[in-house]
Amino acid sequence: MKVSRRIVLHFPKQLVDQPIIYALVNDYNLVFNILKASVTPGEEGLLVFELTGKKSDYEAGIDYLKSLGVKIEPLSRSVKRNDLKCTHCGVCVTVCPTGALSVDRKTMIVQFDSAKCTACELCVKACPPRAMEVHF
Amino acid sequence: MAKSYAEINAKIKKGAAVVVTAEEIIDIVEQEGTRKAAEQIDVVTTGTFGPMCSSGVLLNIGHSTPKINIHQAWLNDIPVSASLAAVDLYLGATALPEHDPLNTHYPGEFLYGGGHVIEDLVGGKDIQLKAIGYGTDCYPRKRLETWINIKDLNETTLLNPRNAYQNYNVAVNLSAKTIHTYMGVLKSNLGNAIYCSAGQLSPLFNDPFYRTIGVGSRIFLGGGVGYVCWHGTQHDPNVPRGENGVVKAGAGTLAVIGDLKQMSPEWLVGVSMLGYGASLTVGLGIPIPILNEQIVRFTAVRDEEIWAPIVDYSDAYPNNRSKILGEADYKSLRQGNITIRGEKVPTSSLSSYSKAREIAKTLKKWIKKGEFLLGAPSQLVPSVESEIRFKPLKYRPLQ
Repeated sequence: MKVSRRIVLHFPKQLVDQPIIYALVNDYNLVFNILKASVTPGEEGLLVFELTGKKSDYEAGIDYLKSLGVKIEPLSRSVKRNDLKCTHCGVCVTVCPTGALSVDRKTMIVQFDSAKCTACELCVKACPPRAMEVHF
Repeated sequence: MAKSYAEINAKIKKGAAVVVTAEEIIDIVEQEGTRKAAEQIDVVTTGTFGPMCSSGVLLNIGHSTPKINIHQAWLNDIPVSASLAAVDLYLGATALPEHDPLNTHYPGEFLYGGGHVIEDLVGGKDIQLKAIGYGTDCYPRKRLETWINIKDLNETTLLNPRNAYQNYNVAVNLSAKTIHTYMGVLKSNLGNAIYCSAGQLSPLFNDPFYRTIGVGSRIFLGGGVGYVCWHGTQHDPNVPRGENGVVKAGAGTLAVIGDLKQMSPEWLVGVSMLGYGASLTVGLGIPIPILNEQIVRFTAVRDEEIWAPIVDYSDAYPNNRSKILGEADYKSLRQGNITIRGEKVPTSSLSSYSKAREIAKTLKKWIKKGEFLLGAPSQLVPSVESEIRFKPLKYRPLQ
């Protein structure tokens, strides 16, 4: 069985210079899609990503991360669109860094692909009718 | 051959009028030519749905016992103008609560302002009224606090001094930091470009010399029926125009009026512009009567023939300099990219094209069903023959 989860990793600073993600790919056959990363040598690192693979591989990979001292949390904040409020102006589209918000150029309807959203929340305040909402 | 308003209205009453939207007319004129199109088509409908700051509601709340001559008043803590007769109030779309942090913690959020009160009022929500008077022999009351609801008020008249700008700037930011404007969040170093018009669907692009629009034109306003009551503030017909008469800058504007009680919160939406303030997004559509061949040619205008000036909102705009960075056509703007100084810049719109399309279609439906007759204007909006020039402030220091 295949699983795919979005998780937040906090790395202690001594791990920042180690090729942990490489190991997840190479040793555990996992596929990753980085949504957000903040990794600076000598500081605690943060990585938000989507991890996909066979359930057994996924669990083994998570155990490996835990054994290294990486703190793991599910991605608990998410941005949702209140469809009753959205006026489909599209002003959010150039504010969104990941392409989660886009315009269908034929209908000129604004589309929100939550799979591409990293919950950076830039759209939340940039939306004039405040249709983009943060959920916990 | 020319048609009159009376002839078109007679056809509408019979349910026989031929009505198309400002998008549909483009292909019709291309295929049939202007002469045939002018014969076949009676009305072309337009639409626009964007933030329009010069909007507001005139309210008469009725008299309390004892009576009050309102000197100052607040609706949901938003100050309203009481500078009219005793219980007449004007609520402007950009009004903000006195306790609002404004831009103290930049960029301010402006979550609730006049536009939001208008949306709540038209949506039938109860609104808190607080009013004070100084007491007179005929109006002794000094304080009034009560819930009000649109259904209980005498007049609730949407009265917008400036709506439906004919064209608008494309806003960009040349500076090295993000700026927050009434056009939205502008990213540094030409990171994005924001425009605000429905282009080929927008009312005044379809009647660029205002040959059919004037005092008494019946329109779609806020989901109901309204009227053009004057030209709008800052109306400026004498801006540069292209060969097709299409204006290359802001130009024409309209003052509009209508009964709020038959409008809807779907088409009057309170908005918060980050770091700037509150406003109201207004849905507005105008039917253009096809009186002759010239008018049908104007309504066939397409996005690629309409150009907007590109303006730097980090410097040229705030400092009132007319320098522009170039022009962009609405076809490119709507497709998502334009080129400025050789760089490809992503575009977004502040005005909703899909909603503008919905307005034009709704108006078309109303007219086809015979529910909506055209209002023949008693006076047209001043055009290029007029003496009107949009002037900057003549500054004269008091000392």
